[in-house]
Amino acid sequence: MSHSHTKETDGPEVYFQYEDIEQQQETYLVGMWSFLVTEVMFFGALFLIYTLYRWKFHDDFYLVHEQLNWKMGGLNTLILLTSSFTVALAVHFAQKGNTKLQMRCLFATILCAFGFLAVKTFEYGAKIDHHLLPNHHFQYGHVEGEEEHHVESKWDKMLPSVLQVEKKEQHGNPQRARLFFSIYFTMTGLHGLHVIIGIICFTALMILIKIKSSLITDYVPTEMVGLYWHFVDLVWIFLYPLYYLIPK
Amino acid sequence: MGWGIFQYNPIPDQASAHAAKYDALFWTISILTVVFTLFVVLLILFYAIKYRRGTKVDRRNPMTHHNGLEALMMGVPLILALGIFGWSAKQFVEVRAMPKDAMEVFCIGKQWMWHFQHMNGIRENNELHVPVGQPVKLTMISQDVIHAMYLPEMRAQYHVVPGRYTELAFTPTKPGRYKILCAMHCGTQHSEMVGQLYVMDDREWGEWLEKGGNKYKDKPLNMVEAGAQVWKDKGCGNCHTGLDNPRAPSLVGILGKTRTMTDGTTAVADRDYLREAIKIPHNRITAGWENTMPVYGSTLTETQVLELVEFIKSLSVSKGEFQRTDMAGSTAASDGDSTAVDISNKGSSAGNAQFRSSEER
Amino acid sequence: MSATVVGQSSAKPSEPKNYLNADHTLKSWLLSVDHKRIGVMYLIAVTFFFFIGSIAAAMIRYELTSPKGILLSSEVYNKTFSAHGILMVFQFLVVVVPAVLGNFLIPIMIGARDMAYPRLNLLSLYMFITGGFLILASFVLGGVDAGWTFYVPLSTISETQISLCLVGIFITGFSSIFTAVNFIGTIHKMRAPGMTWYRLPLFIWSHYATAIVVILGTPVVAITLFLVVVERGFGFGIFSPELGGDPVLFQHLFWFYSHPAVYIMILPAFGIISEIISCFSRRPIFGYRFVAYSSLSIAFLGFLVWGHHMFLSSQSVLQGIIFSLISFILAVPSAVKVFNWTLTMVKGSVHFSTPMLYALGFMGLFVIGGLTGLYLASVDTDVHLTGTYFIVAHFHYVMVGGTILAYLGGIHFWWPKMFGRTYSEFWGRLSAMIIFIGFNLTFFPQFMVGYLGMPRRYHYYYFAPEWQFYHLLSTAGSTVLGFGFLLPALYLTYSLFKGKKAGPNPWNAKGLEWEYTSSPPITENFTQPILVTDSVYDYNPAEDSKMYEVDEEATVEDMNK
Ligand code: HEA
Ligand code: HEA
Ligand code: HEC
Ligand code: CUA
Ligand SMILES: [Cu+2]
Repeated sequence: MSHSHTKETDGPEVYFQYEDIEQQQETYLVGMWSFLVTEVMFFGALFLIYTLYRWKFHDDFYLVHEQLNWKMGGLNTLILLTSSFTVALAVHFAQKGNTKLQMRCLFATILCAFGFLAVKTFEYGAKIDHHLLPNHHFQYGHVEGEEEHHVESKWDKMLPSVLQVEKKEQHGNPQRARLFFSIYFTMTGLHGLHVIIGIICFTALMILIKIKSSLITDYVPTEMVGLYWHFVDLVWIFLYPLYYLIPK
Repeated sequence: MGWGIFQYNPIPDQASAHAAKYDALFWTISILTVVFTLFVVLLILFYAIKYRRGTKVDRRNPMTHHNGLEALMMGVPLILALGIFGWSAKQFVEVRAMPKDAMEVFCIGKQWMWHFQHMNGIRENNELHVPVGQPVKLTMISQDVIHAMYLPEMRAQYHVVPGRYTELAFTPTKPGRYKILCAMHCGTQHSEMVGQLYVMDDREWGEWLEKGGNKYKDKPLNMVEAGAQVWKDKGCGNCHTGLDNPRAPSLVGILGKTRTMTDGTTAVADRDYLREAIKIPHNRITAGWENTMPVYGSTLTETQVLELVEFIKSLSVSKGEFQRTDMAGSTAASDGDSTAVDISNKGSSAGNAQFRSSEER
Repeated sequence: MSATVVGQSSAKPSEPKNYLNADHTLKSWLLSVDHKRIGVMYLIAVTFFFFIGSIAAAMIRYELTSPKGILLSSEVYNKTFSAHGILMVFQFLVVVVPAVLGNFLIPIMIGARDMAYPRLNLLSLYMFITGGFLILASFVLGGVDAGWTFYVPLSTISETQISLCLVGIFITGFSSIFTAVNFIGTIHKMRAPGMTWYRLPLFIWSHYATAIVVILGTPVVAITLFLVVVERGFGFGIFSPELGGDPVLFQHLFWFYSHPAVYIMILPAFGIISEIISCFSRRPIFGYRFVAYSSLSIAFLGFLVWGHHMFLSSQSVLQGIIFSLISFILAVPSAVKVFNWTLTMVKGSVHFSTPMLYALGFMGLFVIGGLTGLYLASVDTDVHLTGTYFIVAHFHYVMVGGTILAYLGGIHFWWPKMFGRTYSEFWGRLSAMIIFIGFNLTFFPQFMVGYLGMPRRYHYYYFAPEWQFYHLLSTAGSTVLGFGFLLPALYLTYSLFKGKKAGPNPWNAKGLEWEYTSSPPITENFTQPILVTDSVYDYNPAEDSKMYEVDEEATVEDMNK
């Protein structure tokens, strides 16, 4: 009620519950960090499950992970690292007040995010065609009556040859394989969901900046979405080696 | 006959060696609880009444903190708590240490019944007969969801989990009929997953054994015999022989040995290890061999695995059946579950408390 | 608490407007971001869920009056206690104190105009209600039969509406995460100038500790329950023993949250008790810092003891012993609180108002509940008691005798502040006593029958008809208790319309919420910015008591020499 109505300069707006802009910004960041702690615990539980099972079924996990395309995963890692960089730039320009460059960086980030999802679509599509989605269609390893378990996937064929990897035999225990893919799909799926939420946040942010909404008055919203995005990247940085690069 | 609760003992029967020790601890904690509760409640009442508004007492210089007092308030409970903890931990270690000389009984829990399998082959459903004074060890596994084997008069309980063996030991000390309950919610008829534990004196036990404990005409196969039969059916002897050979390691005396795996880790060959080695052999490969052993995970029932393990325990290098079956003239392989042991209880064995207890009352 | 009002120049003439009558449209309520209105809406919502959960409790109790059951089939009984447990825990007890009293009071107590993130606060409310209705929908569409603990593989193979229910719990879980984020932001950054950490009321300390537990624990249970949904819905098999998965791992993850969750339920209640005891003893809390830090240490240690729910679940003996040891150590900070509250009355001026009666009742019952927790924390005694009614009695003592009594005390204490009206002291005290008696009658016999071996979640006990006596006592008690719970609902509602105007500080209590706001407070809480200058709880018992002395004779002079 006090400061909010009396805009001294055309600086950022302060909501009525805050004394001044510093307090408002700090409060936002405290909230965002607390939320990220929550997210860490959220994924932490999954990483714990992964660790325990990998420990228990190390050999099977090694054999099954060969079904994943490490080149695609690597490509996605590159894409996300790039997006992290563009987001950092966006925050930088937001602090500088350079809205034009900020918008460009945000746009680049969204592009990266879509790129990530596109790559994931190819991966998921191929896995589903190979009957590796761990639902009741799941099939792994030798099947009764078939010479060799080998299903073609149009998703694989569409890939440029640099991204294709040599097909590995489906070795290892089929049940452990199903366990592996259950965790794989849950974790990467949830991560993908976070990417989608990220896209929504970035888009909303850009629209709000575009229409000069009173909600966006300074760099803090950009920084907060940026923090979130860095977190999403970070999760992938762990997921990639843990699933695609399991050492023997 | 008294009235209400007074005609019954407020303490459940003490029917095992552990029960008396258990109750000693239980009642000690109870005394502490009563003492502390009374102490706090009386203190509250005393202060609340003494200092109630309008009384003429000295209220000057109220104390707002006192570190010594705080230390006392933390120290005394802490020491008492640690004392109780020590006592309790000691007893827990005792009950969880499985006695060496125990009579082993296998127990399989499923929705919603208890299936028991004695070493000598006698099978029972929802009833368990044991001799008095003899430590009993239950080796338990579940076929579906988690159950809990609960013997209140023995002060014994442990969960029965699918996918791994758990153990529960008790030494009955008083002949009689006691409760077997399932204390873990396991679905619709959880409250009917009850049975009876019969503790018998030596004479009764002898008679019971004599009769084979059940309605079967023939004397049933004992665990080792049943295991030998599975061993034959599945052709384990095709690879495993008395001595290590290029096809497979020898299993003589394997129980309790430390095994080394191809990845350099070691594992003690306990029952869980053997079960895993049989059902999911490719999980860990013994150093010196490859993953050529067939996966028996879905073709062997839990009972068959138990029997196999018993059989493996009985192996010695000189035993006749422990030769290549192709040389000895193998038996025709048969389908998954054709052993003499019927876990689904087609032959309706020893008795079913579910249907008997109500008649008996 | 002393504070001065700064910026006198900007003082406005005080007007009779308050947050209740600031605006009357339905929309102004439903879309309000005012923490006080949100608190009131939560009050309505949790009361609703509580009564539905209670009806399930009544069904349980009547079913158990006979060893063969009288009312329900096995399946329906399982659905009943599951519904009871789920509603009571997730839709009532975990949120009740923070969401109603916390929301309403935290900003006022620290001298802020609102929560740090008012819109997030509103979002929490709606997520809570959405989650609640999904849960209710799952009950209506077929029920849930796996208990509130959802142990796998039972919950993955059960053919009831578990997935829908879990989605509901998931959403409610995130609602409480957002509330906690809000609390942390508010308590860290929104304190009025001069409101240092050690000047905070203990209510704030305990909510701060609670919020930390929530943001660390709730996401873990959210993901765990989510995995069950995935397992049921898509056929994934993360905990499935057939695939080599470990059903016991689910229990570890579940209790990693759900043990701390019991402190989410009790810590805010501790906060309320500290406020009430100090106000009605007219004394600062004895050992303020110890009480404050004990909240934090309970929050911290609470994360290290989850294994005490799993002593018999096939974890190793060593694990069991370690979890047992930490559980015992955890009892010490609770002991500190109980003793400090007791000592707070020394040289105080104790007034047996309705809130105080609830608070004293809380102390008695919490001590019993907590000490019986030690039977369970002790590995060996737990062997015989786990899975029996002893546990049922233990947790009702701490949850109903503890948290609910504290909550009722808090509601009675701050009712005049929230709605500007006072209720009838007579009915208040009467209902406090009925609840106390009914409660003990309901749950004390359960300790005995539990020790005798009555397993929980059983609705037949024909194999031991002698237990019927205890069950009858318990059912009789629950009827009394139910009546006791109904009373406050009636006379408090009545007071909203017919109660006397309360005035800003009917209890003559200390604290920003009493001394610097009107009752009910205005939308911005304070008319001017606040500067806190002195410590909290600066009561004067001697003076206070003097006002009530009956005969003014010279003896007082003598004593004062
Ligand atoms: C508000 C909720 C609440 C609270 C506060 C507590 C508090 C405690 N609980 Fe409880 N508990 C539950 C809710 C709660 N519990 C629930 C819901 C379950 C069952 C879940 C289910 O399976 O469905 C459960 C189950 C449960 C178990 C598992 C039993 C089993 O499944 O086998 C255990 C075991 O250790 C336990 C222990 C404790 C302990 C040690 C405390 C301690 O924090 C208590 C500390 C307090 C005191 C000790 C009293 C005050 C101190 C003194 C007066 C001084 C004297 C002290 C000493 C001498 C040490 N509880
Ligand atoms: C906040 C938590 C909370 C609260 C308040 C309660 C309140 C009560 N609970 Fe509950 N209870 C739990 C949490 C709670 N419970 C949990 C977590 C479980 C475990 C579930 C599981 O195993 O999964 C449980 C389990 C549980 C059981 C064990 C069931 C079993 O294992 O088989 C029993 C049995 O007596 C019981 C009884 C009661 C009673 C009598 C009340 C009383 O306090 C309720 C009193 C209220 C009323 C009686 C209703 C008020 C009045 C009306 C609505 C008017 C209409 C009423 C009538 C006409 C009678 N509860
Ligand atoms: C085709 C050959 C073959 C058959 C048939 C076979 N096994 Fe094996 N078994 C092996 C090999 C090779 C190993 C060692 C590699 C490993 O650990 O998996 C082994 C290991 C084992 C082990 C673990 C021993 C250790 O080294 O620790 C056990 C126990 C076992 N087998 C039991 C059985 C039983 C019981 C059967 C029959 C139901 C059986 N095996 C049938 C080849 C076979
Ligand atoms: Cu089996 Cu309950
Ligand atoms: Cu606990």
